[in-house]
Amino acid sequence: MNVEKTSAIEHYVNEEPFDPRAIETMTPEQEKVFLASQKRLMWWKFKRHRVAVISGLFLAFIYLATLISEVIAPYSLETRNSKFIYAPPQGIHLFHEGEFIGPFVYGYKSKLDLDTLRRIYTEDTSDVQKLRFFCSGDAYRFWGFIKGDFHIMCPAEGGQVFLLGSDRLGRDVFSRMIYGARISLTIGLVGISISFVLGIVIGGLAGYYGGWVDLVAQRMIEVIQSLPAIPLWLALAAIMPVTWSPILVYFGITIILGLIDWTGLARAVRSKLLALREEDYILAARLMGAKPSRIIGNHLVPGFMSHLIASATITIPTMILGETALSFLGLGLRSPIVSWGVLLNEAQNINVVALYPWLILPVVPVILVILAFNFFGDGLRDAADPYG
Amino acid sequence: MLGYIIKRAAYMIPTLVLTSILVFALIELPPGDYFESHIAELLASGESVDQQQIEYLRQEYGFDRPPWERYLTWVSGLPFGDFGYSFEHQLPVNEVIGDRLFFTMVVTFFTVIFTWIIAFPIGIYSATHQYSWGDYGLTFLGLIGLATPNFLLALIMMYLANEWFGTSIGGLVDPEYVDQPLSWAKFVSVLEHLWIPVIVIGTSGTAAMIRRVRANLLDELRKPYVTTARAKGVPEFRGLMKYPFRMSLNFFIADIGGILPTIISGAEIVAIVLSLETTGPLLIAALQSQDMYLAGSFLMLLAFLTVIGVLVSDIALAILDPRIRLQGGVSR
Repeated sequence: MNVEKTSAIEHYVNEEPFDPRAIETMTPEQEKVFLASQKRLMWWKFKRHRVAVISGLFLAFIYLATLISEVIAPYSLETRNSKFIYAPPQGIHLFHEGEFIGPFVYGYKSKLDLDTLRRIYTEDTSDVQKLRFFCSGDAYRFWGFIKGDFHIMCPAEGGQVFLLGSDRLGRDVFSRMIYGARISLTIGLVGISISFVLGIVIGGLAGYYGGWVDLVAQRMIEVIQSLPAIPLWLALAAIMPVTWSPILVYFGITIILGLIDWTGLARAVRSKLLALREEDYILAARLMGAKPSRIIGNHLVPGFMSHLIASATITIPTMILGETALSFLGLGLRSPIVSWGVLLNEAQNINVVALYPWLILPVVPVILVILAFNFFGDGLRDAADPYG
Repeated sequence: MLGYIIKRAAYMIPTLVLTSILVFALIELPPGDYFESHIAELLASGESVDQQQIEYLRQEYGFDRPPWERYLTWVSGLPFGDFGYSFEHQLPVNEVIGDRLFFTMVVTFFTVIFTWIIAFPIGIYSATHQYSWGDYGLTFLGLIGLATPNFLLALIMMYLANEWFGTSIGGLVDPEYVDQPLSWAKFVSVLEHLWIPVIVIGTSGTAAMIRRVRANLLDELRKPYVTTARAKGVPEFRGLMKYPFRMSLNFFIADIGGILPTIISGAEIVAIVLSLETTGPLLIAALQSQDMYLAGSFLMLLAFLTVIGVLVSDIALAILDPRIRLQGGVSR
């Protein structure tokens, strides 16, 4: 039917030579994706997650900064300014009476309030204290070894600068926060390394051998997971002798955090191994006579490594928060080691929040770092499966 | 089905035995015992020490015998509800815990409800509006709750509540009701104090919950049956609630088991900061003063509840999801 209508259309013949594989050939862009290695695909996928990239850069920046804490902090860790106890944060100004001077702070005049016995600080606008940059200030030992006194920023000669206020001994909160970053940030990394190794070994054994090995590992994981985290930390922290040096306590704490955290990773490894073991390519490798060590090392581990790294990243925040909680209870790190948790320990009661609110500022880096790790881990997790 | 339940229940026994050994080792490991620290404390405060009484207690509770004998005595009492004796409180452990159990349950109950009310709508919204500004904004809010250390949030809330409403937030009831029996007025007073711990404890769990609702729902929404439903003209909301949402709840049922132990342990550190009369601070104090039977039995009770909780959620899942039942597998 409708013969007239179809015949009305002009008969069309393409002049170009016919390529029978026209559908199979790819455009250059498609070819690029098709030939890209897995790592490259992961990188492309990761880059698409903007927030994750920014978080990653932020984390890289602050981890690099912890390498030179001594230089960044205007004061050393234990410098006390007994005249400036509980001084509030000082604002940085640029203009004095309409004239540009460069970054400076006004000096503080302190007065003792005889009713409340509190010191009251007022800015003395005639006392201009110009900040010095790339200067020599408080002496320190770089990483505990090399002597030095170079700082990026120092207070004026005979002056003070408390960007985030000072604490009950007149120590600069900002400087202590920068030193605290070194401990707080590494505690997560060391702890996660311990739990990573434990998780891969135990989960790997359980997943690969199955049978009674699997049964024992499963029960062990169940036992540890059935106990609530904080009491378990407490019990373990109580075992550490009080005579230990602070550095030993530091390692003790990281080991405790790692010992409890591995169960989740081990479960993930086990279930991934069980799933991957049934894949065709593993069967192919086995039929071609590959040894178990080769199958595990070359075929199984790369299959889930990216997943593991992603899920490990997401548990680092738990460790950082765990350290603050332990230090808050007085069972974590102790001075002279300073972490963000130790600093927050100063803000123990409601009076501090009411009178010296700047002492709770160390919570800001805690929140930022945990957010960054969460977003970064999210991005990694998406990128870990670039074909999805 | 019955066979599955029996098999799952049988798995509990070795787990519990292992747990009890671990718990006993944990509370046994710190050097010294309760009596040593107690004597030191008495001497430090200048009080006289009744050596005879302490020697009597030591013998009564077997501190002169090897640890494994004490372990056996302790463990054989547990199944019959004999949790041992708290040296600190000079009461049987049952009574010490029992007093505080009620408040802990109230706090946890409301916290769990709070978390659900917040997390479910947000999770559903985030999943159906993936990568929208609303999705990002709400996820971010949830994450901030997760990232703030709870004890600090508690302090700040306490301060603000005091500034704005003038309520003193120490404890769970107004001081005048502390030793009174439960009455309507006391109940109202509890409710007035309850919202701070509920919000503080709730915020930390909400973010995780939102993410899991979102992830699970997204997985379901990508499946062909949702497209089919939409193609057949099922209204959007009904098409969401009828199957995808219900399917995504599997994880949620698996989670209910995890709630059981928190019902009696609560959030320990927040409870300390807010000086709530819940069981959490009790446990922490017992661990610190080496009041070993109180700490040990308490930990054991928590472990037992976790194991029961996992069992309950496994059975619930097996009933609700025939695929799990047929494979005879364990859900978690």
